[in-house]
Amino acid sequence: MASRLKRWLPVLALLVLAWVMLMALLLGPARVSPAGFWAVLADALGLAPLPAEFRRDAVVLGVIRGPRVVLGALVGAGLAAAGTAMQGLFRNPLADPGLIGVSAGAALAAVGAIVLAGPLVGAAAGMMGLWLLPVAAFIGGLGATLAIARLARRGGATAVGTLLLAGVAVNALCAALTGLLIFMADDRQVRDITFWTFGSLAGARWAQVPVALVLVGLPVLGLLALARPLNALVLGEAEAFHLGIRVERVKRVAVALAAIAVSAGVAFTGLIGFIGLVVPHLVRLAVGGSDHRLVLPVAASLGGALLVAADLAARSLAAPAEVPIGIVTALLGAPFFLWMLRRHIA
Amino acid sequence: MIAAHDITLRRGGRQLLDAVSLAVRPGEVVALVGPNGAGKSTLLRVMTGELTPNAGAVTWAGRSLGACTPLALARGRAVVSQQARIAFPMTAAEIVALGRLPWHGTPQGAPARQAGLVAAALARAGVPEALWHRHYDTLSGGEQQRIQLARALAQIEGAPAPVALFLDEPTASLDPGHAAALLRCLRALARERGAMVLVVLHDLNQAGFVADRVALLREGRLEAEGRPGDMLSAERLGVLYGVRFRAAGGLLAPDFAA
Repeated sequence: MASRLKRWLPVLALLVLAWVMLMALLLGPARVSPAGFWAVLADALGLAPLPAEFRRDAVVLGVIRGPRVVLGALVGAGLAAAGTAMQGLFRNPLADPGLIGVSAGAALAAVGAIVLAGPLVGAAAGMMGLWLLPVAAFIGGLGATLAIARLARRGGATAVGTLLLAGVAVNALCAALTGLLIFMADDRQVRDITFWTFGSLAGARWAQVPVALVLVGLPVLGLLALARPLNALVLGEAEAFHLGIRVERVKRVAVALAAIAVSAGVAFTGLIGFIGLVVPHLVRLAVGGSDHRLVLPVAASLGGALLVAADLAARSLAAPAEVPIGIVTALLGAPFFLWMLRRHIA
Repeated sequence: MIAAHDITLRRGGRQLLDAVSLAVRPGEVVALVGPNGAGKSTLLRVMTGELTPNAGAVTWAGRSLGACTPLALARGRAVVSQQARIAFPMTAAEIVALGRLPWHGTPQGAPARQAGLVAAALARAGVPEALWHRHYDTLSGGEQQRIQLARALAQIEGAPAPVALFLDEPTASLDPGHAAALLRCLRALARERGAMVLVVLHDLNQAGFVADRVALLREGRLEAEGRPGDMLSAERLGVLYGVRFRAAGGLLAPDFAA
């Protein structure tokens, strides 16, 4: 592909994201017509009062789908950007944000909140209400990452191989403790836990969007700014240093940004696998290269688009019931990835 | 001038370098020679700033390397390491373009000029145009080595004199024709641009051709340094490597049977 054309790929990916978001707003069990969409938009911007026939559309778009679509786009972008950065940092195509403990730590804390909040903090848990689970998951994800990063540091330097192994061990520990909590849980709690680990955007509220904009959106922008150092790291850590990169600082910043973005995303949606691992690969195959200046922004947009599309499928396939979104992302993504992989080999 | 003063380096309880001092002056090619495990690559990595010695210091124009930021170093010296594996697919031209990374945001890094500099570096390193847009992984070891040289040449393009170039066995995978071209390129850099060149070599005849001075390293110590004619004698090399050398027609050859 001509390099002049390639420069437009991030813009193209952003357009794809916008189109998927629009479709996700209009489609679903209750259809919204384009006329309804414009009427609600005009009302929201204060341009024209809402005609009575579009009242239902206003509720569907404004209350139900709006926050889902925006949150889905942000979380998907965070997962994909973090996955791309981790693969670049670890110089390993199998890396994903889960490797630095985010998912396992968040799951442990979330399950802990579900099982232990009642007995431990009693009424206080009720007061925190909607925020208890996200806050616990966010702290758990960050805490596990911090522990892994600390374990892998020696004399001011982080050995990437040690980071990987420490991640495996901390992940196993978190999984064991999570299992212990599940063992202690009652039937209702086990059901809550199961659905949390499959992920869902059904709980999305507008109140979460500003938080996600800061805790997911800003880290994604920060990761985009690491494109050049990550390109240098493709050559190796020593080579990146020779090219003027502060390798140790890049490692720390990238891990921290990825951990914040993914912890915050997971906090609102539960565990959503697959996007962080596979979207970067799909993008590398699609853009025909590894230049992070292209791969990072395109992956972020397409990660968002994929999650929003998966959510549309999740709420449409078995309406009015909802299929957990983690199941959809894997069911859609895995065969597609295998097809791309086979085509690439051929 | 880049100078190592009494460098001592220990790693994992082993003494890798023992009070080594070595200087490279502008316009000069210095060859590091010695048996496997003598500490040649380690000394090179200390002098690039990649490794911090336990004792001693490296100075660059009188300034301690420790006081320089990685970026400041990268704008004054380039390094060709031993064969490196890249993590994700990249084309030859993309890798060479990474050499321009330190100049991003400076007048020398102006986007419009970069493609030309990359092409010039690839041409100067003897990479045929047909390979420029091939994926690095699909190229031979020798071709990859020339691409790494091109990346280093691209990096020091536009740098204030004197620039420095460090190379660790840059001719290891090259055929004699390409090895000769690379050595001529190093000589030209030293002569025309006053570059400081430090190169690890195993081929003693290559060292004899390219070097103004040769440093002999053994077991982490500097055995001797001086003009190639004095250093690369059959007696000295026999002691250094533990194999007999014959001089024939101005060239040195190890006697494999003895």
